[in-house]
Amino acid sequence: MHNIGSYEDRLKQNSWQLSEQELGYKPGDNINIGWYCSDRICQMGKGDKLALKWEGIGGKEKNYTYNDVRQLSNSIGNFLRQLGIQPGERVCLFMDRIPELYIGFVGILKTGAIAQPLFSAFGDESLLVRLENAETAAILTQKKHVGKVRKILDKLPHLRHIIVVDDAGKSALQDREVAFNMDESARIDNFDIYPTTAESPSVLHYTSGTTGMPKGVKHVHYALISIYLTAKWVLDLHEKDIYWCTADPGWVTGTSYGIVAPWALGVTQCVNDIGFSADAWYSFIQKHKITVWYSAPTAIRSLMKAGEEVVKQYDLSSLRHLASVGEPLNAEAVIWGEKVYGLKFHDSYWQTETGSIMISNYPGMKIKPGSMGKPFPGISGVVVDTETYELITEVGKVGLIGFKPGWPSMMRTYWNNEETYQKKFVNGWYIPGDRAYIDQDGYFWFVGRDDDIINTGGHLVSPFEVESALLEHPAVAESAVVAKPDFVNMEVVKAFVTLKPGYEASEELDLDIMNFIRKKLSPLAMPQEIEFVPNLPKTRSGKIMRRVLKAQEWGEEIGDISTLEDD
Amino acid sequence: MEEIRDVVLEYVKKEYMEDQDEELTYDTALISGGYVDSFSMVSLKRFLETKYKISLPDDKATPQAFDTVNNIVKLVQEFLNK
Repeated sequence: MHNIGSYEDRLKQNSWQLSEQELGYKPGDNINIGWYCSDRICQMGKGDKLALKWEGIGGKEKNYTYNDVRQLSNSIGNFLRQLGIQPGERVCLFMDRIPELYIGFVGILKTGAIAQPLFSAFGDESLLVRLENAETAAILTQKKHVGKVRKILDKLPHLRHIIVVDDAGKSALQDREVAFNMDESARIDNFDIYPTTAESPSVLHYTSGTTGMPKGVKHVHYALISIYLTAKWVLDLHEKDIYWCTADPGWVTGTSYGIVAPWALGVTQCVNDIGFSADAWYSFIQKHKITVWYSAPTAIRSLMKAGEEVVKQYDLSSLRHLASVGEPLNAEAVIWGEKVYGLKFHDSYWQTETGSIMISNYPGMKIKPGSMGKPFPGISGVVVDTETYELITEVGKVGLIGFKPGWPSMMRTYWNNEETYQKKFVNGWYIPGDRAYIDQDGYFWFVGRDDDIINTGGHLVSPFEVESALLEHPAVAESAVVAKPDFVNMEVVKAFVTLKPGYEASEELDLDIMNFIRKKLSPLAMPQEIEFVPNLPKTRSGKIMRRVLKAQEWGEEIGDISTLEDD
Repeated sequence: MEEIRDVVLEYVKKEYMEDQDEELTYDTALISGGYVDSFSMVSLKRFLETKYKISLPDDKATPQAFDTVNNIVKLVQEFLNK
């Protein structure tokens, strides 16, 4: 029996009240996600149950019970407190998918500080703007990444502590650095968890914007109410499940559904800190007997590319429920999943700002391949006119997705940017910036973004950020960055570049620019293709017309070019 | 072959290894080991094409073909001989 039961029946209930009841929370109580993810599960008699089964490079394995997570998160919390970290201060997690990242997240929340996870492949420039904006007080990182922090340290006066979690004493620690070995630390049984309340800030995730620098999305501890119930009903997590969320906690899926959801539900989760290959992933599922698998369209399409033969070499019979998130899952991938795994992927839709799943396909409900599904019970989801923001009632008419504000995990603001936050609400709706239509059965169908943001492999990349970084390359005069269609990643970054006098287009320069962006920003932001052009399309007022270039890439109509500058 | 192996090994180490103290061998799993992600693989492909004046078709530039330095050398040699 699926947790959700009948979708229609659930629509008649008050979902969030139900979630509060299941979590034993009453309005006005203290609520701390760190406590819910560890201490509460132990108090329920599951202290010896495995919380985390981890596998790293070279076949390294580590297992942690819920009692281990409770005690070790206490140790991390205590260490931070002794360093003088105060409630409300930002503590960054800048690590690969190692146990310290997952347990550290819980430990930070227990102190009342705000966890700020950042993708460990970020280059120094990406790291700098996010740490600067958040005025981060401490960063937990690994020896392999500490060099990037050192490079920008003199620009970060607020960063008081750099905590290196795997320093083996081989290299000398430098200014503001301190070593902390979680597994060897003294286990703390009783820790005075900070009495956070519903609106206390919990997590700060950064997301890309079209025209500005990355925005810090502030979430609060009350988000747990949404995350818990969506995981229960959409991912259908049960007591005996072995769960694998393939997302990196540097992004919101990796925290909401890669840490908080499984642990608040007391489920055993598996994590692998290795790169992608079909063999490695299938082997992981077979070995750990994964039952529920939450992945991303990019990974699914990569598995499609690897073919069906490799699937037959593994016993994947443990799998019972598959779900997907990141970018729209194409119908072919849903159909292929059913053919090779005997199970359909259930696509889900949400974003960093929403904090939890908003529209989804549910276990037991008919899946229309390629559809986003229907709004989660408790979420009022609509499509509104792109100009007037009035509700669209006409079946099949494309508009902007809108949600009625007020669900528990809704972002509370953009860090230091309330003005931009307020602009996300129009005519009483929260507007995520995606276009869709609703069919005659109430299913949502994704059409596209309403801005220039590039969704590559489920990660948002700001063209503005890449263009700004390109300008720092000595050869680049001007650039325009757009999305280019890609089978695996849906979109990839393409840059159109004009060169400064004295520079000539060449393969060497092309590679040099690629590597420049990869190291400065991240591999995701690195242009997968660079086209050197004599000039860029601009309006008469000098603004680069990205949409003209994007339309060319996608083979679409260019549209109105009456404002295009004459050459 | 020896020369290509060492050139590729040095390039991977210099460009993609965050921890310079970490040992990298000709058989270290680069892609499945998490040292080179699928996005960065494009720049590694571009390096090989530029350095050896070859063109590697996308269907040959698979994660498996790029997974170790030895695999990469085999791929490069295949196209050098064409």
